[in-house]
Order: sequence, then structure tokens, then C-alpha cells
Amino acid sequence: MSTDTQHGESSLLIQLQHGLKREQFERALHDIRTGWKRRELWMTLGLQDVRQRYRRSKLGPFWITLSMAIMVLALGLLYGQIFGQDLHDYLPFLAAGFVIWGLIASLVNDGCQSFILAEGMIRQLNAPLSIYAYRGLWSTLIAFAHNIWVFLGVALWFGVDLNWNLLWVPVALLMLFLNGLWMALFLGLLSARFRDVPLIIGSVVQVLFFITPVIWKPDMLPGRALWLDLNPFYHLVEIMRAPLLGQPPVLGNWLTVIAITIIGWAVALFFYSAYRWRVAYWV
Amino acid sequence: MASITLENVSVSFPVYSASTRSLKNRLIQSATGGQIRADTVSQRISVVQALQDINITLEDGDRLGLIGHNGAGKTTLLRVLGGIYEPNSGRVEVQGSTVPLFDIALGMNQESTGYENIVLRGLFLGLSRKKIHAMMDEIAEFTELGDFLDLPIRTYSAGMQMRLAFAVSTSVVPDILLLDEGIGAGDASFLHKARERLERFTERVSIIVLSSHSEDLVRSMCSKSLLMEHGRVVFAGPTDEALERYRAMRGW
Repeated sequence: MSTDTQHGESSLLIQLQHGLKREQFERALHDIRTGWKRRELWMTLGLQDVRQRYRRSKLGPFWITLSMAIMVLALGLLYGQIFGQDLHDYLPFLAAGFVIWGLIASLVNDGCQSFILAEGMIRQLNAPLSIYAYRGLWSTLIAFAHNIWVFLGVALWFGVDLNWNLLWVPVALLMLFLNGLWMALFLGLLSARFRDVPLIIGSVVQVLFFITPVIWKPDMLPGRALWLDLNPFYHLVEIMRAPLLGQPPVLGNWLTVIAITIIGWAVALFFYSAYRWRVAYWV
Repeated sequence: MASITLENVSVSFPVYSASTRSLKNRLIQSATGGQIRADTVSQRISVVQALQDINITLEDGDRLGLIGHNGAGKTTLLRVLGGIYEPNSGRVEVQGSTVPLFDIALGMNQESTGYENIVLRGLFLGLSRKKIHAMMDEIAEFTELGDFLDLPIRTYSAGMQMRLAFAVSTSVVPDILLLDEGIGAGDASFLHKARERLERFTERVSIIVLSSHSEDLVRSMCSKSLLMEHGRVVFAGPTDEALERYRAMRGW
């Protein structure tokens, strides 16, 4: 084994040249496709991740539900007072927002960890890399399935108008996960190479929580500021929150989310086909 | 038909320290450009040349041994063959289903029962749930673990866990098997039974590549061997001759 040194940057560029060949792009697509076919494996692993976190506790994964319920109630009562809101209106809004935000935040944050956490397996198993991204999405979906009951409870209690608009919810959910997948592939890749990324993303998500209308309503903003519409997370939250609260979908929100999805996938596919082959060396 | 072809394969590893993995440092580095030369030297990434110009052709029935010191590149080569590492340059062509068995207990979960772990290991090996359930009885019987299979495997002894991992891992026959230091089988009483199963298992595999430090193991399994040093193949040929050269290299 001989060692020599070279500039990090140039090596990244050399890798990029290797990765930008046409066959690498096909391999990346193949990786995502065959990863999907191994769903029995990643579903089992995802479920195992959730179980592991709550094992031997009395409530098990229902701690997810309970802590969400406590959070919604406590913040709902407090901020309802601060903002002078009618609880009938405010609490369902907050519950829906919180549940959706929990989903989005976990898609982003867990997405960063998709390859880092699978270090041992990546170096020993010749399975498509994308299974580790799918695995994270699956645990997020399981957590969401526990959280959504908090919203349903609040909605039933306050008599929210649950109507045909609810049919948009599964479509919105699919859309969010489609975005979650490119985030897991792209952010996972980036984080495997640069270990600061998960930390940076973590604090950005925290700030975004306050900038995005989750605990406050868009109409509380005087004159509906421009930067509300510029915040992609507002649209991601809104496509799902509106139908949950019985409101019809807004075209602008959907168009923005579709644009985010397309751009996100284009960027993710570019980097995934360029650097996917290096991930096993990076972790 | 299984086959493996490696042409001029080279692999180099970046060795990252905390400072090169930090995005902040990378950004500062590019912002300051070449101005602070003295500083950039310390920020270089060391690169380890793990494999250099490897050429291998293997066909049905081949049993190849990899011998060499620690760090000679044996494990890296196995990972390239398994498709885990894509080489920096060169061509790799592998035909046939490949199973890398570096750690037969990979993916086993301490909190899950023996049965659940059989399913889990099976999924890792690329089987479908249906197939695993069809083989469940045969595997369970072989382990002789009986009612223990209903308990979480953290209650098992190390030997019992080994039995379970061994039984599942030898239940599917791949076209190409990649082994690092052979397959362990646990306690002595089990050893005889395990050896028989292992023999039946390895007979049906079409290509085996085995990396090992045990001369006996390599001699008993492989007719051909590669002697590796510093990421290069120093000798390729009959196992006996390769082992002799290896001994000479170590100064025996």
C-alpha cells in the first residue's frame, strides 16, 4: 500500500469526471429502481428502527403520539392566548401544522443521516444504496401514522369540517415523500462527505420552523409579506394542511411544490449519479 | 454461468480527517485560494493506493485464495468483486449472483427473536419473505435451538448466535461467494455438523474467492491463489507455490 497526497479539491473534480459518464447516470437510476424492489428489506429495517427507539417502554411507539399531543395542547393554549385566537379555529390549525412540520423536519433531518447511519451495512452488503434512503422514509411514515391521530382527535373535538377535500391529503403525502426521497439521496450523499452538513441543516430547520407559518397563521402577517411566498416550506406545509382543515387546494401552492420537486430531483440525480460510487469510500 | 473479469483495476482511498470533512474549512480554503500556501499543505487529503492494476479472470468452478499481509489489499479486492467499491479506474465485469459473506451476523438484531432474525438475515441475502418462510423449518432444525428461537437473541450465548447466523447464511447458494477469513461455525459439538453443511454449500457455489491468513484453510479450499503486497498482485498461480513465496517474503 503506497500513500501519497493530493489536493482534496482536484480529487473531487476527478471523481466528478468519472461520475458524469452516461453509464453512471443509468446506474444511478438502476440503483433507485432496484432499491425500491428490495422493499421487504427496508420496510423491515425501518420498522426495526422505530421499535428500537421505544423498546421495552410501556407505551412503545405511542410515545410519539403522546408527546405530540402534549406539545400541541401546551403550545396551543399558550399561543392561542398570546395571539388572542379563538381556540376552535387555532388548535386544529396548530395540530395540523405541527404534525406536518414533524413529518417534513424528519424527512430533511433523517435524510442527512441516511448513509452515515448505514456505514456498516454499506461496506459489507452489495445492495443498492437507495435502500438506506427508503428505509429512513419508511420510519418517517410510521411516525407520521402515529402523529396524525393527534390532529384527528383535535379535529373531531372542535368539529372541523372534514369534507371531500380530504382526498387531497394522500396526494399531498405522496408529494412530500417524493421530495423526501431526493432529499435523502442528495443530503445523505452530501452529509457522508461533509460531516458538518447535518448540523447546519439541523439548525436551519429549527429556524425555518419559526419563519414558516406553523404556530402563527399567514393572515396574522400584516400585508402578507413576500418572503412568505418565497419560503418553500410554506408551500410544502400548505398543500397538506389546507385539505386537512377542509379547505380546497390552492393552485399556487401546488405549482410551487411541483417546481420544487422537479428542481430537487434534477439536482439530486446529478449529484447522485456523479458521486454515488464514492459513498462506500466516504462512510 | 458465472464469471469475473477484472482489467487494470485500481482503487485509491481518501483518508479524511475532521478538518477535511468540515464544509467550513473547505469554503475558507477555496475563498483564500492559493494565497496561504503554507496552510493548504496541512489541509491536503492523504490518499491510500489500496489496489493497483489488478487483472483477474475467473470462471465456473474456480476457487481463488487471496494471501498477503494485513493491508495488502485483500479485503478491498473482495469489496470490488462484490460491487461495494467501484474502482477509480479499470473495468470490472461480474456475471452471476454475488454474495459477500464478510460477517455472517451482519444485520442481526439483538432485540428480535431467533425466527425474526432468520427472516432478517434472509432479506439481507436477497431472499423474499415467502422464500424464507419456505426454508424456515429446515434452518430452524439445523440450528438445534428449539424453543430458544422464540426468544430475543440477546439471551443467546455467542455460540448459539453463531449457529443461527451460520445456518441462514449457508441456506442460499449464490453463483459467486466472497469470503473473508472463512465462515465460523461456533462450538465444538456443532463443528462436525457444520463442516458437512459447509462442504455441501461450497460445492454448489460456482466461484469462490477466499481471503485468509490461515494456510490450511486456503490450501484445503483453493487450488489457485493470488499473493498480494502493497495493493499489487506479486504472484498468481498454484496455491502451494504462492504460500511458499509468502513464507519466503516473511523471511521463514
